Amino acid sequence: MDMEKNKTSLMKVFMNYSVPLLFMVICLIGVYASKLNAVYILNEISVRLSRNLFMVLALIIPVIAGMGLNFAIVIGAMAGQIGLITVKIFDIGGFPGFLMAVLFATPFALLFGYGTGLILNKTKGKEMITSLMLGYFANGLYQLVFLTFMGTIIPVDNPEIILSGGVGLKNALDLKLIQYAVDNLFRPNIMGVKVPVVTLLLVAALCFVIKFLVKTKLGQDFRALGQDINIAEVSGIKTDRIRLIAITISTVLAAWGQVIFLQNIGTLNTYNSHEQVGMFAIAALLVGGASVTKATISEAIVGTLLFHTLFIVSPFAGKNLFGDAQIGEYFRSFIAYGVIAVSLVLHAWQKYMNARNREKLE
Amino acid sequence: MRGFWKSITDKYGYPKVFITLFLLILCILAVVQKQNLPGLIKDSLVRVGMNGILVLAMIPSINSGTGLNFGLSLGIVCGILAGCISIEMNLFGLKAFFTAILLSIPFSAAVGYAYGLLLNRVKGDEMTIGTYMGFSIVSLMCIGWLLLPFKSPEMIWAIGGRGLRTTIALADRFAKVTDKMMSFNILGEPVPTGTLLLFGAGCVLMWIFLKTKTGVAMMAAGDNPRFAAANGINVNRQRIVGTMLSMIIGGIGIIVYAQSFGFFQLYTGPLMMPFMAISAILIGGASARKASISNVVSGTILFFSLLAISLPVINKMMPEGNLSEVVRIIVTYGVILYALTKVGRDD
Amino acid sequence: MEENYVLKLKNVSKEYFGNKVLKEVNLNVKAGEIHALVGENGAGKSTLMNILFGMPVIHNTGGYTGEIIFEGKKAEIMTPNNALALGIGMVHQEFMLLPGFTITENIKLNREITKQNAISRILGDSLKSLDIEAMRKDSQAALKKLGMNIDDWVPIAGLPVGYMQFVEIAREIDKKNIKLLVFDEPTAVLAESEAEKLLDTMRNLSANGIAILFITHRLDEVLAVADSITIMRDGEQVSEMKRKDATLAKIAQIMVGRKIERVVHEARKYENNGEIVMSIRNLSVDMPGEIVKSIDMEIRKGEILGIGGLAGQGKIGIANGIMGLYKAYGEVYIGNTRLELNNPRKAIESGLAFVSEYRRGVGLLLDTSIEMNIVISSMQIQNRFLKGLFGLKMISLKDDRKIREWAMKMIKDLDIRCTGPDQLARRLSGGNQQKVCIARALTLEPEILFVSEPTRGIDIGAKKLVLDLLVKLNKELGMTIVMTSSELGELRSISDRIAIVYDGKLEGILAPTDSDVDFGLMMAGEYRSKEVV
Repeated sequence: MDMEKNKTSLMKVFMNYSVPLLFMVICLIGVYASKLNAVYILNEISVRLSRNLFMVLALIIPVIAGMGLNFAIVIGAMAGQIGLITVKIFDIGGFPGFLMAVLFATPFALLFGYGTGLILNKTKGKEMITSLMLGYFANGLYQLVFLTFMGTIIPVDNPEIILSGGVGLKNALDLKLIQYAVDNLFRPNIMGVKVPVVTLLLVAALCFVIKFLVKTKLGQDFRALGQDINIAEVSGIKTDRIRLIAITISTVLAAWGQVIFLQNIGTLNTYNSHEQVGMFAIAALLVGGASVTKATISEAIVGTLLFHTLFIVSPFAGKNLFGDAQIGEYFRSFIAYGVIAVSLVLHAWQKYMNARNREKLE
Repeated sequence: MRGFWKSITDKYGYPKVFITLFLLILCILAVVQKQNLPGLIKDSLVRVGMNGILVLAMIPSINSGTGLNFGLSLGIVCGILAGCISIEMNLFGLKAFFTAILLSIPFSAAVGYAYGLLLNRVKGDEMTIGTYMGFSIVSLMCIGWLLLPFKSPEMIWAIGGRGLRTTIALADRFAKVTDKMMSFNILGEPVPTGTLLLFGAGCVLMWIFLKTKTGVAMMAAGDNPRFAAANGINVNRQRIVGTMLSMIIGGIGIIVYAQSFGFFQLYTGPLMMPFMAISAILIGGASARKASISNVVSGTILFFSLLAISLPVINKMMPEGNLSEVVRIIVTYGVILYALTKVGRDD
Repeated sequence: MEENYVLKLKNVSKEYFGNKVLKEVNLNVKAGEIHALVGENGAGKSTLMNILFGMPVIHNTGGYTGEIIFEGKKAEIMTPNNALALGIGMVHQEFMLLPGFTITENIKLNREITKQNAISRILGDSLKSLDIEAMRKDSQAALKKLGMNIDDWVPIAGLPVGYMQFVEIAREIDKKNIKLLVFDEPTAVLAESEAEKLLDTMRNLSANGIAILFITHRLDEVLAVADSITIMRDGEQVSEMKRKDATLAKIAQIMVGRKIERVVHEARKYENNGEIVMSIRNLSVDMPGEIVKSIDMEIRKGEILGIGGLAGQGKIGIANGIMGLYKAYGEVYIGNTRLELNNPRKAIESGLAFVSEYRRGVGLLLDTSIEMNIVISSMQIQNRFLKGLFGLKMISLKDDRKIREWAMKMIKDLDIRCTGPDQLARRLSGGNQQKVCIARALTLEPEILFVSEPTRGIDIGAKKLVLDLLVKLNKELGMTIVMTSSELGELRSISDRIAIVYDGKLEGILAPTDSDVDFGLMMAGEYRSKEVV
């Protein structure tokens, strides 16, 4: 009797965590096939976890509020880059530079988040495709500003960052002045693994903030919206306003996340750094077992861990298995897109089946 | 004046009106800048012929009710695969071109059928799913292009590398074969007659199809699925028919495109291609639920002339940066975004 | 002696676009009483409630006239929040509960008890923490008041339906100032024992001083709990009575009674020996909200059979089930051939045609021309109005010339008012849209024509035209017509027999000339019990 109960609950655990378990298996195979040593992998993981997790966590609140996966975090990332470009122009380095970047980025992120929210309120039920398209559209505007306004409308005359023609930012900006500004504040070497403690503390702080938020009145409203926006509306919750807040928070967090990310990388690819951000963050969250309607902090952590392990090992594994590192790289971008596609399909399918079942029940 | 403006925007929709105005301004600028006008017209015609069939691929998907085909890259991949096979078979000229088209049809049809089955299970979310199915299949095919056993030296990396090249030149195969067909000169510039005729023929065939019994059933299924079901029309089957047709036309479209462009772009090349076609048909006045041949023709002409003309005009105004590319991005996604805010509002 | 009324409505009237739906209605609810509000669908009950709750639909359409007096004071209820502030609550028919929230979270939805924390002091009230303990305490108290013994911290999903209803009620009584509670058809979704318990709860609440407005069409429940009864009909308050003066038959008669204008044609004699064109055996239909439970019926050649009953009782489901629009079980014979169910194509091929009650949703292609709307079914199923491409039989194109000819004929025959056959169906008025639907059905040349709610949402003049048209088709072409309608008056004006459906079953078949009492009892499902009494 008890045995059976254990069996079913074990099955249940297995079903509930099928996605992360699957990826864990893939990761283990990858780690084995890559023939990398453990210290290297652990070092890479600690770096990637500290620099990427913040962005992944930025996705959680819109999911809770029923707005799905916020593909528009790329717009937040753009705001972060605006902050970084500003400190680059004013040449403020080190930890103060990092703080200034965050400070400059925040008002832009608030503005962009609010605008995104307004548009998403006009396209309820189509938030995901809209936020995706909005990201591409915003990318166009971003290029317009930094490619053509810089040096013309915005008077910046700094040959280090402006293209030789005097107009437009260079493709790559050197961010050495704030590289590791946070990471190296305190970075003890634990058995060969250099852990960026302060960055990880920032991430941990965000986890607590999200945990706190969910337990407030605002968080309760997010959750209510996530379950059924119509009932929330009937109960007198100002749904449009709550949605605006959710998406604005997400955008601001994404901006900060991008600043954290780039202080580690040390180079800003002016026109590309933000492009893939949304996709990779979303894929990481989903790998952890989250879905379009449900996301938790632990899923974000597990997902980031697994997804980036895959990132580290797949070129090596591809090279060792197929004699071509390129295959590994294509494989990981297939995994990124594929996991999003599968998750979207499952969500839509479930929605469709529920609608059909409800029709039958009533 | 305000009344006139309103009646115009009501009739044609904001995208069409704004793009037309933008195009007019660019034309005036071109004249002022003393650009080579016949050259611009030729460029526009070439681009229209090149892209027209890809835009046409939106018609069956919209009218069968699956909406804008964000997953068109699936069909595009099939077309490229067929094109590569025709090169592997060592064919040249029109023979290579038409072989590629014929070969693409079974691939696209099979893919379209499977994709149609999927779409029937995710009704209401076709756009998001289509986008990401497109993305994932394109990235899966990246591995495919590396591993597929093609041997033709024109296609595989010359030294050391493995798999197919990222761009495959068609100069010796079927580049410009229909562009040059029946081509004649206007004001010293060659007109891509064959390609335009092909586009025209495609439109006529589609127009006829929409008048057939199946076409009528498909439109009814797309317009009002409940009505269609009540009148004995199998809605799911019509949606599959629409998806298959869209993919087949998309596959043919990319071969025509490559013919004119002179290259196949493999790997991530097809990733963003559906968005251009979507934007064009929206500019033509289509919605996510209804589209006509005239939407295709006018949208293709407006959008791709805009791109053709903006390139030299804007670059002359501002040689630095890549402003015309920026304009393309803003127009493409701005139009799609505008259409999304409209979806569901008129119901 | 002026009694203590909690709510008084005085001469309340409401128009929607020139259409009077409430005419000088009065309603008086005493503190602590159970007041039943009964009436057919369309009698104006829901409009009245919308007014009481200040729903936007009222104020966006020009508001209402008359007075609402709440606890002796004139009240202006412009928004649902006004109603809430006054102490008016509603127990919804479809539950307004979040399945993933616990019972407590649902009871306290958007009325959460919060407490300050360090951050909320700086950033504002919306960041206050939830005081879960206090919330649970309140909920437990409310549940206890209802006699519910249940853990308040389990999610709603998975609770039995009856419990959900009680959670809804608990939410209302947890609002401390609640004075008047509206129950909108609360027992419709409950099993019998649950319904009993609910009625007990209502008695309890009223004993505690909360007035209850009980909207229902289950007359036995009215008689069981109500202290007073208001009956509405056609937007008017037609009667107010005390419990002691009320009998089942009396309420039923007042509820449906109206002058019958049988001007359209003479009632034909009920012919028992007419040829049977369709027999229905054990037909069940899974139509959401209109479930049919095992019905047997015969349809005779050349008759007009009416199907009546209150909304939600299943009358609409019959035609929809036979035509294959909703999942159906059982047997249907046309003559001696068994009809394959759940297949609209087969139904149409077998000589049936259907004009749906959901005209704009199922009945029309709104953005398509009138002519295509008329011919499309026939084209798709009977392969008419087609021609080969350049004479090729393989590819069949629509035959524009034939379509145009036929459409012109139908437009003339049915007097469809339009600018031409290529006008879009969306642009037509309701009555003309209905004629297009009928034209499509006629194009199929059916043996039996099913028409559901043919006059819903069309104006008075057009109503008569549509009914006249049905009679004409019946008389001149001998077409058998099965008309489903919520308006008993129109059924009685043109049908030969009227079948009344209650709770998904056939309650009985009446002649149009039978008495109001019989119709009323049948529609309330009390006809058989009357014979027992």
